[in-house]
Amino acid sequence: MGRYVVRRLLQALPLLFAISVASFAILKATPGGPLAAYEGNPDFTEADRVRLEHAFGLDRPLPIQYLSWLGSFLTLDWGYSFSSHQPVLTLIGERLPNTLYLMGTVFVVVLLLAIPIGVLTAVRQYSIFDHVVTGTTFTFLSTPTFWLGLLLIILFGLQLRWLPLGGMATLGAPFEIGDRLRHLVLPVATIALVQLGSHVRYLRASMLETIGQDYMRTARAKGLAERVVVMRHALKNAAIPLVTVVALDVPELFVGALVTEQIFGWPGMGRLFWDAATRSDYPVLQGILVVSSTLIVLANLLADVMYGYLDPRIRFS
Amino acid sequence: MATKSVAVPIAVPLATPERSQWQMAIERFRAHRPAVIGLFVLVMLSLLCAAAPLVSPYDPDRTRLLELYEPPSLTHPFGTDDLGRDLATRILYGGRVSLSVGLLAVTVAVSIGTLVGVLAGYYGRWIDSLLMRFVDMMYSFPRLFLLILFGVFFKGMTIGVIVIVLGLLSWMTTSRLVRATFLSLKNREFVEAARCIGASDRRIIVRHILPNSLAPIIVAATLGVAAAIIAESTLSFLGLGIQPPTPSWGNMLNHATTDMAKAPWIAIFPGFFIFLAVVSINFIGDGLRDALDPRHVVHPSR
Repeated sequence: MGRYVVRRLLQALPLLFAISVASFAILKATPGGPLAAYEGNPDFTEADRVRLEHAFGLDRPLPIQYLSWLGSFLTLDWGYSFSSHQPVLTLIGERLPNTLYLMGTVFVVVLLLAIPIGVLTAVRQYSIFDHVVTGTTFTFLSTPTFWLGLLLIILFGLQLRWLPLGGMATLGAPFEIGDRLRHLVLPVATIALVQLGSHVRYLRASMLETIGQDYMRTARAKGLAERVVVMRHALKNAAIPLVTVVALDVPELFVGALVTEQIFGWPGMGRLFWDAATRSDYPVLQGILVVSSTLIVLANLLADVMYGYLDPRIRFS
Repeated sequence: MATKSVAVPIAVPLATPERSQWQMAIERFRAHRPAVIGLFVLVMLSLLCAAAPLVSPYDPDRTRLLELYEPPSLTHPFGTDDLGRDLATRILYGGRVSLSVGLLAVTVAVSIGTLVGVLAGYYGRWIDSLLMRFVDMMYSFPRLFLLILFGVFFKGMTIGVIVIVLGLLSWMTTSRLVRATFLSLKNREFVEAARCIGASDRRIIVRHILPNSLAPIIVAATLGVAAAIIAESTLSFLGLGIQPPTPSWGNMLNHATTDMAKAPWIAIFPGFFIFLAVVSINFIGDGLRDALDPRHVVHPSR
């Protein structure tokens, strides 16, 4: 197992390297480059540009620039925001927990719903329950996240007035769990309803395949209760591939978070990315891009390791 | 062609009427009711959008200052927007943009994906490892983040730019599918036979192997259109995609967050059409998967 984990880690290194090169390249390729903020400023002369480029090392060869960028990135010197002049790391550090709080809740809610629904639809294949649930999840799977968010706000926020329209907590109010939870319901529902569909469909298909296996008949022939057969023998095996599917959906979780944070005014990293985009704040954009893609790579790595743990056949192939 | 004619000539042996693979696929597709309904809805929607000037008496861009935020009525079935433009008309014209962006972006994506998949799968070795590591990298960025970056570079996008950018960011699924077909088939006897009679690489690729990946490509491309429509509308909703006054289903919702309280129809209707198109396309994709390759399960990528 240890060797397998090390091998996986080593395989992820070139990927992380490629991501860093791409992030560097994307922002080098921006029109106007890092000095774009000065474009159009009449006091900014050609001589100023040359002087600043030299001061920031922008006139050095690209590989050298990349290495010095990577060096400062690894030592957690991520530069300063063009617009707020705060360190990028501080900005992201303030926002990332809020995004992870949102994404984590979605993650747990989706799994808590998807597993029982997936099992039930498979066990009662072609029942009314199966048809209704499969149809509903498929419908949500096809709903644009931002539209679903707007609909939920209109219905539960504006018409019924059951839930707050946005934000993480009531402004100025002292911390209170109930208030926090009420603010969490709509954003989480927006992302979770869209994501639920793919997990349910996957688990249902996987369960159906497992239910047809010989060892299921053996388990029943031993006289085990149907409950034990389904939960122990079928679900345990059927859920293994779900680990990979869940990891594959992490980028989708980030996208969902960005859109949802935008609609609900949730002070997370997605909203920070959006604000930075509208201000051409490249250092912030770059930092968020690296953080999110690194988290995605780590999620996949974790899924691979878990898969190897759950299914020993993988480790030795 | 097999017909249901009763008068069987004596010369014909008692064989089941011969049906090609495609005919069987069409039959399986027709048995998938949601897919057939989806196809019908999508065709009707496309026709309505294409015939927009014939269907609607209004000019999509004409603003009427005396008719701002009118709720749905007989004269304006979906109401009017913040500039007094007829929402139904703008939805029809916006559909032209959103549907064609989806279709064209997938065309670009499938072309790139096929090329990459062929190179990686057929030539293998270092080309394969290099290209597949590149694919891994592309999968590690959330697509919308990159789309937003491009949106910032171009300061909003024209239809042509968004088609190309979406295509450049969405080809990976196709390339993996094509590569998988090539890996599993390139050492089979029929390929070896073709090589023995002197067929060129090009001929082997195009005539012998590529047709076998058609089924998964078609399914992935169909689901890709739905994903592209969602991606474009999300980007346009955020204000970095198709720029007003050109309507798209996404940018019509631009002001929805602020107008939602007094004019919820501005948020409801354009979004509903995105949903309608996407759900139809997804059902069609589902039906195609059953029809073309009943055993194959593709993870729908969005």
